[in-house]
Amino acid sequence: MSARKAADPAAAEWTGPWRRYDIVKEGVVAIVVVAVLTLLLAMLFGSPDDKALTFKGWASSAKDDFYATTVSELAGTSDSAGYGPPYNNASDGLYVGPLRPQKWFGVTHPVDPATDFVITPLQSQEQPAAVAAALKTWLAASADQQTKWATALDDAIAKANGDLSKVGSGDFGPVPTLAQGLTNMAASGALDGVLLSQGKFYQTDYTKQILFLGDGSYLDDAATAAHLQGNTWGMMNETGSYPGQAWLWLYSFWYQLPKFNSSNPNDYLTNNADAVIFYIMAILSIGLLLLPFIPIIRSIPRWIPIHRLIWRDYYRSQRT
Amino acid sequence: MPWTSVPIASVVNLDHPAHYLTWGWLSISVPNLLVILLMIAVFVLAVLLPFPKDRDGS
Amino acid sequence: MTATLPATGAPETPEGGPESRMWTARLRRAWVSKLPPDKLLPDRQPAYVASWIYVFGVLTIAAFLVVLASGLVLAFTGPAWYHTSSLGHFTNSTHFWSVQLFFVFMVIHLWGKFWMAAWRGRRWLTWLTGGLCFLASLATAFTGYLIQTNFDSQWISFEAKDGLNAVGIGAFFNVANLGQTLLIHACLLPLVVGVITVWHVLLVRRRGVVPPMEAVPPHGAVPVAVPAAVATSGEPTVTSEESGS
Repeated sequence: MSARKAADPAAAEWTGPWRRYDIVKEGVVAIVVVAVLTLLLAMLFGSPDDKALTFKGWASSAKDDFYATTVSELAGTSDSAGYGPPYNNASDGLYVGPLRPQKWFGVTHPVDPATDFVITPLQSQEQPAAVAAALKTWLAASADQQTKWATALDDAIAKANGDLSKVGSGDFGPVPTLAQGLTNMAASGALDGVLLSQGKFYQTDYTKQILFLGDGSYLDDAATAAHLQGNTWGMMNETGSYPGQAWLWLYSFWYQLPKFNSSNPNDYLTNNADAVIFYIMAILSIGLLLLPFIPIIRSIPRWIPIHRLIWRDYYRSQRT
Repeated sequence: MPWTSVPIASVVNLDHPAHYLTWGWLSISVPNLLVILLMIAVFVLAVLLPFPKDRDGS
Repeated sequence: MTATLPATGAPETPEGGPESRMWTARLRRAWVSKLPPDKLLPDRQPAYVASWIYVFGVLTIAAFLVVLASGLVLAFTGPAWYHTSSLGHFTNSTHFWSVQLFFVFMVIHLWGKFWMAAWRGRRWLTWLTGGLCFLASLATAFTGYLIQTNFDSQWISFEAKDGLNAVGIGAFFNVANLGQTLLIHACLLPLVVGVITVWHVLLVRRRGVVPPMEAVPPHGAVPVAVPAAVATSGEPTVTSEESGS
């Protein structure tokens, strides 16, 4: 049995004065207004559509970078090679405390960069004799030998700061020929087609292309030029001078904090920023949904009485 | 399809890099800033502008 | 004698009558008692609903309909049409700007509802479904950006994969799989947004527009009882109605 209860006036059925309201007319007018506004904006400003990058474009305009990226794929030092789940087991992925869902869900989209990005595409086409011979040598070698050759060249390129003309000599095995072969294949446009089809007729999965493209500087530099990098509020931005996604301001905000942008390669927050920030946003989103139950926050409208302006006619009528 | 070649070019060309306003770690594109300022202005106007009285005068 | 349709809050048809236990009758009675026609399609509203801030909900819905219409054209013609066709580019532009308007109106609507503390008087679920609509719209827009088949979508899929992989979502939802993302964007998520929107609007119709703060019902009102421990206004109430109006 309940004790005497206080009434909640805000829940009561309204028995005060009414005003006319044509809900259907309101809806129709709104649709017409928005449709006209949309057509006007579309005619005035158009929409963004920057052309997609291609491997042909990459190998043609930044061939040294493409070559160096190919070597890093063979050496297993690229971002893709060391990513971890869902692509491979090279690392455990990100974590927050005991939460390691990236590791728990495992490899669901297997990607082996050396094979998928370099060897298989080269094998899919008839290659010049030198490249064909290099492929043969590579495939006949042990995994350790392959790694040794590729790492040696990868290190040499890093030492030369990416300038291929300054790369010293060393035991690189067939790797230089393979990398050059793939660069030529990409520059001809053939690599785009081969990576797209991946030996199948129908295909909608672009994972390998996106990963390979992102391993080099070509995609990254284009994003920087378009102000799309995460730590320069890029998540909010659009290409060109179009409005972007201003509604993502809070998600983008965390990526600006120095705590998530440390230059220390072992910094936990920087290395796990994607996970940490996602959980922060998940908690804040749940907070938004449950705002009516959160003390202090739910009282702000009472303390800052903008409602007095909205309902000024009502309050005035109550005073008279 | 013949109608797909109708030239419907936009009046204002926005296909060039945007200008950015930067204060320290804050950086916002001019188009985004315009949208946000417009939203605030519309909100303020919506709250302040008088709403038509009921036709019956009630 | 056949039982007549009960008026709002009227007692059920007599026990033992053939209609009383039928699923259809029960559904109809529940629907009509909660949302009678004059509540569902009203021609009047409380006099305090007199501010331009109140139009942003319907503007958001209107924008959503324009988004759907332009999206249907793009769906019919496929994701790459707009790159090579002027009409396609124009259709893409209408889709782009209607989405911008959609979020502008939705956020202004949210601002208005916050400053009105519109969750008062058992309307916490209305607020919650509105928030869900916002989140579902974010997901829909996100998948839309992924299927542009241009540079922007290349970059967004490259970046977004990291956030989603980090929390395990990437194991199931591959932002680089155009087929998956296209179907989620064009089929699944608009349905989710639509259903939540309908739920949200029906709740508004059912509960009525939130009254002004400190508004006290005039004579003749039947207040709804809530536990004494819960302070009035600004707090959600979850008890069931004790009587109809």
